[in-house]
Amino acid sequence: MSNSEIIYTVIFYVFGLLTIGSACIVAFSRNILHSAFALLLTFFGVAGLYVFLQADFLAAAQVVIYVGGILVLILFAVMLTNKITDIHMSNPATKPWLAAPLVLIVFAGLTWLIVKTDWAVVETAKLISEPTVEKIGYAIMGKYLLPFELISVLLLGALLGAAYLARPKKKD
Amino acid sequence: MQELIIWIQKFVIETTGWGFLKTLPIELWYILFMFVFGGVVLGVVMFFAGVASYAERKVAGHIQSRMGPMRVGPHGLLQFMADGIKLVMKEDLIPAKADRFLFKAAPYVLFAGTLALFAAIPYNQLFGKPLAITNLNIGLLYVLAMSGFVVVSILMAGWASSNKWSLLGGMRSAAQIISYEVPVAVSFLAIIMIAGTMNMFDIVSMQEGGIWNWLIFRYPPFTCFVFLVYYVAAMAEVNRTPFDIPEAESELVAGFHTEYSGMRFAFFFMSEYANMLAVSAIATVLFWGGWHSVLPFSILPEPWVVLEGMGWFAGKTLFSVFLMMWLRWTLPRYRVDQLMKLCWKVLLPIAFANVIAIGIWIALT
Repeated sequence: MSNSEIIYTVIFYVFGLLTIGSACIVAFSRNILHSAFALLLTFFGVAGLYVFLQADFLAAAQVVIYVGGILVLILFAVMLTNKITDIHMSNPATKPWLAAPLVLIVFAGLTWLIVKTDWAVVETAKLISEPTVEKIGYAIMGKYLLPFELISVLLLGALLGAAYLARPKKKD
Repeated sequence: MQELIIWIQKFVIETTGWGFLKTLPIELWYILFMFVFGGVVLGVVMFFAGVASYAERKVAGHIQSRMGPMRVGPHGLLQFMADGIKLVMKEDLIPAKADRFLFKAAPYVLFAGTLALFAAIPYNQLFGKPLAITNLNIGLLYVLAMSGFVVVSILMAGWASSNKWSLLGGMRSAAQIISYEVPVAVSFLAIIMIAGTMNMFDIVSMQEGGIWNWLIFRYPPFTCFVFLVYYVAAMAEVNRTPFDIPEAESELVAGFHTEYSGMRFAFFFMSEYANMLAVSAIATVLFWGGWHSVLPFSILPEPWVVLEGMGWFAGKTLFSVFLMMWLRWTLPRYRVDQLMKLCWKVLLPIAFANVIAIGIWIALT
């Protein structure tokens, strides 16, 4: 293994540890807001792994959507619904014996999938030279136009529904 | 960047005569320079924040027919040093009921998210190569992505303080930043349509050759409106008056950083100025031609062109910073509902209309 490969490997494992470690905090923390904030590091780590795969657009989109959108939504939901004056919000584990078999099944399924999948190996040098934005744009506006438009309509519907639910009720 | 690092590597080896440095892989040099550039940006931004805090008070003073700070140094020039020393010496208070870890972490996350913006901005060109920490293909998307960290850290600070004012300020701030990110993103979209790229260096490069080639004067008057939408929304995103609802002192004491003192407060303070600088630099890059001169030719002879470009970039950026201070001390503060109304009912329709108009124009020509 050459020197640069060692460095790449080290960086990869740093990002991997960041992702998995913070994901553990998300899962095991007793404080629901600590879980939510640890999710920030998880998303950041996953974005780092995307950059590592030369998927720069995907990495930035991941941060925009998950950190800027979903994580903030989760934080807002937690802060607005729970007793926000109580700083020690708990996140108790209830009925772990019920969840255990389900978790094991999912874990086994995912492991089987990881082992079974024929992972494509691409030369790094080949990936570096190709910017991804243009290709993604052509793919979305060409081959996948219909799914793209369907998702747009779905999101518009969700937006209208949310606005309808949130608007003040008219008094009769 | 790669060329620059290879050149520096060669230079260091030749001057020191340490041949063994050649055996180190180039990636190690990248990591080393990551820290060097990070340090440079940190130093420049912190110095700028200090000077800007002095400039802000001077601008405020003169707008209100006062003198501003006058005591420390000639015309109060050393005031920011005195303030810096004061902030370092202050007691670092943590409220008894606060969430200690998150309370301590929030200023760092905020400052890191703000500093990260400076990595993607191209400041100048050296022999046709971008002088930026990294020249990203997805530059504009990266800029949008980093504001997510700011939102999360403000919520973190607001909640961890265990204080109602802080929490309210944090929530308001987060709601405001998320709302105003939408017009910013749509005005970026208009720029991306015109430029055909998200790479900030390419966007600046296409604005060469005089003031009429700047993007703000393309497709008149639509890009002018795009600029206005971006500027107003960006000012709201950095929580400056007239949009400083999150820290409206008459309602919320000091918003999300009420409980912070000493250096932790200074981090919030500096990141506001750093954000102003970043927003101004992005406005310069996208609309005002970056490092390109107002004239179609450069004034200084060949080897000094780089310096001239630096001067133009700094001048435009600092003018924009001044403009923000000027606006702050001229306009009164918005109410929360007016703020949201302005975003969703005024800025967003204008931004969308611009995108459609520019799209039709591009399609026709």
